[in-house]
Formats: sequence, structure tokens, C-alpha cells
Amino acid sequence: MRKRFLSLVLVVLMTAALCACRGGKSGTEASPGSTGEKINGGEITVGIAADLDTSLDPHVSSSSAGTREVLFNIYEGLVKPDSDGNLIPAVAEAYTVNETADTYTYTLREGVRFHNGNVVTVGDVVYSLSRAAGLDTGAALVSDVSGIAAVEASDDKTVVVTLSAPDTEFNSHMTVAIIPAGSDPDADVVGTGPFRFVSRTPQDSVVLEKFSDYWGVPAILDKVTLKVIPDGQTMVMSLRSGAVDMAERLTTSQIAELSGLNLLEGSSNVVQALYLNNDFAPFSDLRVRQALCYAIDKQAVLDLASDGHGTPVGSSMFPAFGKYFMPELTDYYQPDVEKAKALLAEAGYPNGFTFTITVPSNMPAHVDVAQVLVELLRPIGVTAKINQVEWATWLEEAYRNRKFEATVVGMDAHGLAASDMLARFQSDSGKNFINFSNADYDAVYAQAMATVDEDAQTALFKQCQTILTEQAASVYIQDVASFVALQNDVAGYRYYPLYVMDLATLYRHE
Amino acid sequence: MFQIKDKNFRAGLIITGAMLLIILVGTFWTPYDPNAMNASIKMSAPSLYHLLGTDNFGRDIFSRVVEGAGATFLIALASVAIGLVLGLVIGALTGWYGGWVDEVLMRLNDSITAFPSILLALVLIAIFGGGKYNIILALGVLFIPTFARIVRMEVARQKNLDYVRNARLMGVKDMRILFVHILPNTLPVLLSTVAIGFNNAVLAEASMSYLGIGVQPPDPSLGRMLNEAQAYLVSAPWYALSAGLAIILLVLGFGLLSDGLGGDGLA
Repeated sequence: MRKRFLSLVLVVLMTAALCACRGGKSGTEASPGSTGEKINGGEITVGIAADLDTSLDPHVSSSSAGTREVLFNIYEGLVKPDSDGNLIPAVAEAYTVNETADTYTYTLREGVRFHNGNVVTVGDVVYSLSRAAGLDTGAALVSDVSGIAAVEASDDKTVVVTLSAPDTEFNSHMTVAIIPAGSDPDADVVGTGPFRFVSRTPQDSVVLEKFSDYWGVPAILDKVTLKVIPDGQTMVMSLRSGAVDMAERLTTSQIAELSGLNLLEGSSNVVQALYLNNDFAPFSDLRVRQALCYAIDKQAVLDLASDGHGTPVGSSMFPAFGKYFMPELTDYYQPDVEKAKALLAEAGYPNGFTFTITVPSNMPAHVDVAQVLVELLRPIGVTAKINQVEWATWLEEAYRNRKFEATVVGMDAHGLAASDMLARFQSDSGKNFINFSNADYDAVYAQAMATVDEDAQTALFKQCQTILTEQAASVYIQDVASFVALQNDVAGYRYYPLYVMDLATLYRHE
Repeated sequence: MFQIKDKNFRAGLIITGAMLLIILVGTFWTPYDPNAMNASIKMSAPSLYHLLGTDNFGRDIFSRVVEGAGATFLIALASVAIGLVLGLVIGALTGWYGGWVDEVLMRLNDSITAFPSILLALVLIAIFGGGKYNIILALGVLFIPTFARIVRMEVARQKNLDYVRNARLMGVKDMRILFVHILPNTLPVLLSTVAIGFNNAVLAEASMSYLGIGVQPPDPSLGRMLNEAQAYLVSAPWYALSAGLAIILLVLGFGLLSDGLGGDGLA
């Protein structure tokens, strides 16, 4: 009986190996490209690595980028980002700002409809903005718009937003979703975007359908099913078998097995770093944090973890942020093992120390980098251990409760305002999960937010980044290379300089 | 007692012996540092420099298989040891005394056996957290019922045999009869159960690490390596095959040994 079982195991293994080899051959014969006729309609299945947040409320799901990039297709704000990173008018047709940058006036677009068929009115806009800014409750749901002092409708197509302090970047936060007045988005997912929400099976899938009354260029596909596939290998298998038509944010190891598919390379628009809990004993010492920075050679990380793909960064800003990104900070800490050791000794850890890197297991890009970091830290005597956790556990424990020592993840931006990447490092920010606390930073950041002159403001934001680098708030690594795999009959994917998945431009072709 | 001439047994002895030797040497010396990365030789095919090739971080797969087999072996050994010792005590006492203690413990045993084993291990991992030592603990608990049941069966059968009755008549103490007289006679059955239990432990560790809750990266274990290798099944088949083959050899060796020991114990 047992012998039979063993031979069965052998047979199964061999068959698996054979199948795998055959798959490889046929894969190389297929030719990628989009030559056929564009089909109007149809449906596709998109693989996503993490299930959406429990709440699809666009005003509170601000922590998980994976949820926001899906909601991007359902909800729209007064303005929305386009694929070049510019803000384009959406529910609003135009806006004006007064000279002191504390009053913004929006004119609504004619005939924008919600998915429930109703036309968007000023009442809906006032309700949505008041709700996001927490004007009734006192607690802002979306921290970016907490500066709103009042929202009122001056006539039936104009909304005036008054701020408590000048903010030249405010318009970029007006991507806040507009929802029907009085509605509870937890119960009804109703927005104005090109896709409407149909159904959701937790841990399994989300179904979206084309919204035919969309005010702008409508979606080409009739239906999109987002399939939750938390395991990176299952994602690869699903793409190979054709069960999934498209997947984003794939790593170099994943695309190595996807040679027959249409592969695109771009960047994920995140700042991947070894985020250090600045409250945790050794990391509360600046010298220890700097030692880690000196020990970690960014180019080595890229070479080992992703075949050199990716863009090294030196502070909390990624290259898509053209005017704010500071390439000169990337090499602020030149890899130097001796210097790292000296700093550790000075800080009282001549023999190094041990810490744990908590990393979400559904993100191979971060798990792989964590493994490389363990190796790179060894020469300076620092022992890092890896603890893989579920994404939901990571969000709850590491991010919200700040119970972690170090973690490898990527931080993304909601929009292309500098504050999207920098606000979280203010000492009292609710999103400051690394517990970074620096009085200079707080002062410079506050000054930047209050500055109206664009050049002066940019200089101050750069100063903020420099402080983060000098203070070694975390070990900043890279903007992760992001690959998109599409079946050969699917095209139309557009990269955004933001963490966005635009489903409206996708289509099938012959 | 053992059929040394048995072909299976000899094959098992050779395979297990060779694996143990490699593991033993591997604890002191491997050709390369199993965790050392090298970007310039990522994913190279097997060669004289790297007998089993290198993986996606340029680590030497042979060194990792040796180290990983060691980790897997130790986990299996330790968890079987926990299961064996506790199972032995529980089985011997319940088999000897019977009564309500027997009833309670055996029903408890049944309920543990009724759980799918991986599920139960997952529950324990959820409570205690993942990692090497917790896997040992979880698997150890998992193996108690099998051993307890077998020992109880044997003790219950033998306690009415003449040699036990004689010993009792001569006034030998219960514990002495149980552990000095009866226990050695359960050895043939027990040994083959240990061998099978060991195989199950190897497979269970591989499954757990494969699921990402066992040995944590970057440390190698055979299951962990299978997990990583799965990503490169097409582009670097030697990676998965090396780890898979090592598991097969470990299990095959012990499987043949237990066959040779003549037991047809419960798997």
C-alpha cells in the first residue's frame, strides 16, 4: 500500500515536470502584440493580489492602495488624475481659486449621473465633502481635506469650499469621491465612474459592469471580474492557463514564467523602504538607523531581488513626482560596511542586534527584498528575522496598531501633491506608523503647507525630504518595477504615475 | 527479529544512511554558505561549481538542499520524539489500567484524530504563532494520538499474556511490568510506527513550510524551497526537482526501513 503510494507520488511529480516543460515550449511560440480588430464590449477577469477592504466607503478606505485603485473606476471626485498625472475636471467642469488660496469655487458639470440614475446636484457635492472633511462629526474621514472650514452651494451648480488656512495644493485633494446625498457607501456603492459596482464575494471576487450613462468616454468592456488571488504563484498559473486575462504589479520572478504573454514594464509608484519603527529600542537611535542605511546597498538589492529593475530612491518621494523628486538624495548614504559598524559601536551595539522584519506574505516584491536585506545586514552583525503575515494582519497590527519592529512595504500617493508622500511623517499624524518624530520636520512641513509661492513651497518640501534622509527615518530603497501581464487578446492598459488601475481603456481584440 | 536480508530493508538502510551522512556533514560544512547571495550567477543550471545549480538569488541549491534537509529532518525528529514520548506514556497507562481514564483519554484521542491533521496544525500555529519551534510543537501534539493508540492496543493485548501474569503473581510492581516487561515487546510494532510517523512528519513539515507558516525565509527547509522553486518550475526545473527529490529520498528511505521492520502499522 505504502509502496504504491510512493510510486504514485513519483508519477505525479514526473507528470507535473513534463507538463511544465511542454508549457514552456508552446509559450515561446506565441507572439505578443495587438494586431487584431478592437472589440466593443466583452468581459475580462483581472487578478488582484489582495481582497478589497471590508468597507468600500471611498472616504475611509484610505489605507489600502489595492482597494483605492479599484474604487478609482467606480467613484470620481470633482477632479480626477489622468494617465499623465494631471488633474482633469470630472464632476466639476471648472474651478477658480482666490488669491490667498483659501477659497476654491467649483462649477459642476451638466448632466453627470450617479450609477442609480440620479443627476449629481450641489447637494450631493456638499454632502460628500462635508462627510469627508468631518464637518458634522468633527473628525475628518479623509485627512487630506481636514483643512476644509466650510462647504456651501452658492447656486444650483456652484460649490464654494472655504479653507481654514491657505493651501495651494488643495485642488489635488478634490479627487475625494462624490456620493449621493444622505447615502451610506457601506450599504450602497454608488458613484459616478465609468464602472458600476455589481457584487462582491469576500475573499473571492468583485464584479463591475460598464456604466452606460457615464458623462465622459465610456468604458469599452461590458464587464470586469476582479478575482482575488493572494498567492503569487497561483497568479502566475492562472495567467498561464488563461483563467485570468490581466494582472498588475507582477515581479521579475513572476514574469520569468510568463514568456508567451503580452508583458509591459513600468513602475509601481511607491516608495519601497525598510520602514523602521522609530519607537523600537535600537531604531530610536539615529546612529543605528544611519548604520542600516550605510549597510544596505540599493543597487545590490535591485540586482538580487529584481534583476536590476526598479528605480532607487533616497527619500519618501518617487520619480513620478517630477518637481519634488530629489535624485541627489538617492546616494546620500554610500554603501560602507565599516562606517556602519562604527556607527553601531558608537550607539552601543558593537556586536549588532537582532530584529524582526514583518512583511505581507501576498507581496512577493517585498518578501524578496526582505530576504536580500537579511543578507546585506549580516556583514555589520545585525541579524534580521523575517515574519510573514497576512495582508489583513499587517494592516491591523503593523500599520494601525504600529506593533512592529521593521517592515518592508511600499507607500503610495493618493495624488501628485507633495503632501501625499510627506504628511504622514508629522509627529502627530494618524498615518505616521513609523513613529517618526522630529520638530524640525514638523516646522518645515507646516511652513511649506502655508506657503503660497510655488517655488518657495517646492524648496520647503525638498527640505522635508532632506530631513527624512538625514534623519534616516527609514531605509529608503526603490520605486518597485511593476510588470503588467495581459493575455494576447487584451490591450489598452495605461500606466498612471499613481497607484491606479484604469479599467475603462482596456479592450479585447481579435 | 528484523529481517536484515530483506531487500527493501537494505535499500532503506542505504538511502537513509546516505541522507543522514549528508545531513550530518552539512551541519558542519556545506560547499557554499546556504544563504549567501550572488547576483552574477542567478539561476545558473547545474554545473561542477554548483552541483544542483543556483536559485533566484544566486544561492547554491546543493548547499541549501543539504541545510534544508537537515532542518526538515530535525523538525521531523523532534516532533516524532514529542509524539512518541507522550503517546507512549498515555498509551501504556490507559492500556494497563483501563477504566474511565482510558475512556476519557481515548475519546480525546479520537477527537484529535478526527481533525484533518494540517487543519489542526494550522489551529495550533494560529494560537502559538509560526516558526520552526512552534511547528515542532504543533506536529508533536498531532502525533500523540497515533502512538498512544498503538501502544495502548499492544499493552492491552499483552497484559493478559502468561508472562505478564507470572510477573504479577511474583509481585512485580505495575510500573516495572509495564515499562520493563511489556514495552520491549511492543518494539517491533512501535519501531515501524515511528518510521511511518517520521515520514508523515517530513511531509507535514514540507507542507507547512510550503504554506509559508513553517521555517521562515531566508533559512532553507525542503518545503520552503519547494515553495520558492515553484515560481521557476519552467525556467529552472532543477530547483524544484532538487528539493522534491530530497523529500522523496528521505521519505522513501524511512518507508523502506519500516517495511523491512515488518510492521504494517497504522499510517
